[in-house]
Amino acid sequence: MSAILEVRDLRTEFRSEAGTAQAVDGISLLVGRGETLALVGESGCGKSMTGLSLLRIVPKPYGHIVGGEIRLDGRDLLKLPEAAMRQVRGNEVAMIFQEPMTSLNPVFTIGNQIVEAIQTHRDVGKAEARRLTVELLDQVGIPDAGRRLDDYPHRLSGGMRQRAMIAMAISCKPKLLIADEPTTALDVTVQAQILALLRRLQDELEMGMILITHDLAVVAETASRVAVMYAGRIVENGTVREVLRHPRHPYTQGLLQATPHARKAGGTRRKLAEITGLVPSLYDMPPGCAFAPRCPKAQAVCRSTVPTLAVGGGNVACHFPG
Amino acid sequence: MAFWRQYRRNVAAVIGLAILLVVVVMAVSAPLLYPGDPWDMAGKPFIWPFQSWKFPLGTDRLGRDVAACIFHGARVSLLIGLVATLVAVVVGIVVGAFAGFYGGKVDDVLMRLTEIFQTIPSFIFIFVVVAVFTPTVPIIVLAIAIVSWPQLARLVRGEFIALRGRDFIQGCIAIGMSDLRIIFFQALPNALAPVIVTASVTVALAILAESGLAFLGLGDPNVMSWGTIIGAGRAVLRQAWYLTAIPGVAILLTVLALNLIGDGLNDALNPRLRGRR
Repeated sequence: MSAILEVRDLRTEFRSEAGTAQAVDGISLLVGRGETLALVGESGCGKSMTGLSLLRIVPKPYGHIVGGEIRLDGRDLLKLPEAAMRQVRGNEVAMIFQEPMTSLNPVFTIGNQIVEAIQTHRDVGKAEARRLTVELLDQVGIPDAGRRLDDYPHRLSGGMRQRAMIAMAISCKPKLLIADEPTTALDVTVQAQILALLRRLQDELEMGMILITHDLAVVAETASRVAVMYAGRIVENGTVREVLRHPRHPYTQGLLQATPHARKAGGTRRKLAEITGLVPSLYDMPPGCAFAPRCPKAQAVCRSTVPTLAVGGGNVACHFPG
Repeated sequence: MAFWRQYRRNVAAVIGLAILLVVVVMAVSAPLLYPGDPWDMAGKPFIWPFQSWKFPLGTDRLGRDVAACIFHGARVSLLIGLVATLVAVVVGIVVGAFAGFYGGKVDDVLMRLTEIFQTIPSFIFIFVVVAVFTPTVPIIVLAIAIVSWPQLARLVRGEFIALRGRDFIQGCIAIGMSDLRIIFFQALPNALAPVIVTASVTVALAILAESGLAFLGLGDPNVMSWGTIIGAGRAVLRQAWYLTAIPGVAILLTVLALNLIGDGLNDALNPRLRGRR
């Protein structure tokens, strides 16, 4: 499997009057062609910021990418001039966001917006772009696409809007799709449909996909590999099967124990275990392992030395992996 | 049209629109109904209104037709009001949009610049500009535009700061659109409603400013403005009060109409207020 995206030691900082926060603190990722990598973690762990960093669209003026490499098909995106980077966005790497309710411009029809997206990167006329848009809406399963084209976003349901967003994202057949919590804001039944749609499109277009989520059920259903993030760092990675069945990092273990499962018929109700304490402030990180203050197994070395993935044998950043 | 249905619900705004339409008709029809120069003597001086069919609004102390002056004055007032506002809106949108969209240093620089213009007393500033340059219509328009844009710039900046964080703008960036395209073709249409509302009031203020200037004799001496008529009538206020009252009422009604329209637009365009009435 050839890697479509290779991220090495990516670092993104937030600089404000409150100080400097390492939102993304030395992250390395690998995504193969047609493969789905899930990026998992709690709110504020830097997973969305990682997604935005890959497209170099961290919020200005506070966010800065300060180091690392983002290789897309071998080409380092961090070395591209801004104009060339714009050619990458939406064309080679596309992104969809969490809130389908606010991700579309309320003053334009969805057709209009998808036509714009197509014409941003492809030299096609209005009529041709419209024809392609109908095809795209069809492809993402919007019924009666020819007429839906001229609807304003507020006329569509959340699921339909997310489908329109996906249509826009795949309009230029990107090599990599970054999906930032694509189903979080949707009903459970719609979630399943959207995930199925993403899987289908991924097969059709052979896209690599980075699925950013906090929902381990979504990970189990969609991804082949998973990277668990905590406070801006990756604490564990591996295939979904390995990580979900045999989590080795205490944080991953805690995360799994805190996930509710549907009760099997006749089964007993299992009490959810919570992870005590709070995520450390990015402006005030502990010197050692970021999870140490909340970790049941923490020792002196955890509080003084940051564990690298190498410490735990390549897949887990822990001094005492389970 | 949904917009008109919403607007129609505000009776005062409809009245305002009707008044403005009358003024517009006056301005457009002036060269047809009164083809001559409004400065020319047309009859005996001091004919009171409604005394002569030929001069329905009477004549002034030099025998000029007051009705002709009012019609031609409507042209000047509307022209100056609209053009000055247009210039102010364009400058305000550009400055405000860049400041709000980029934030940080760009915002700091542009907003300090805006504040410099905001701290200058506007009427005094118009005086100085007109006094230093020649009092011609373009200079007056420019002077009024210069004192009017800061308010619009601040308004647009506020809208853009709110828009900048919206997901669909992030989406446009993620699609690879250029900043200029996002600012003017994606974000701006979302910010236009409050700009239109403010612009209608800005037109009213511009008309007032021009009238004040002409009243003080600092207007363009070649054009007949409502302020000019009031200024000329001031000297004979006790003999012929109608010479100040008629153009005064014209200014009052026009400015009032524009303010009512502004309120109506605000109700019709501002979704937060929808259904309150």
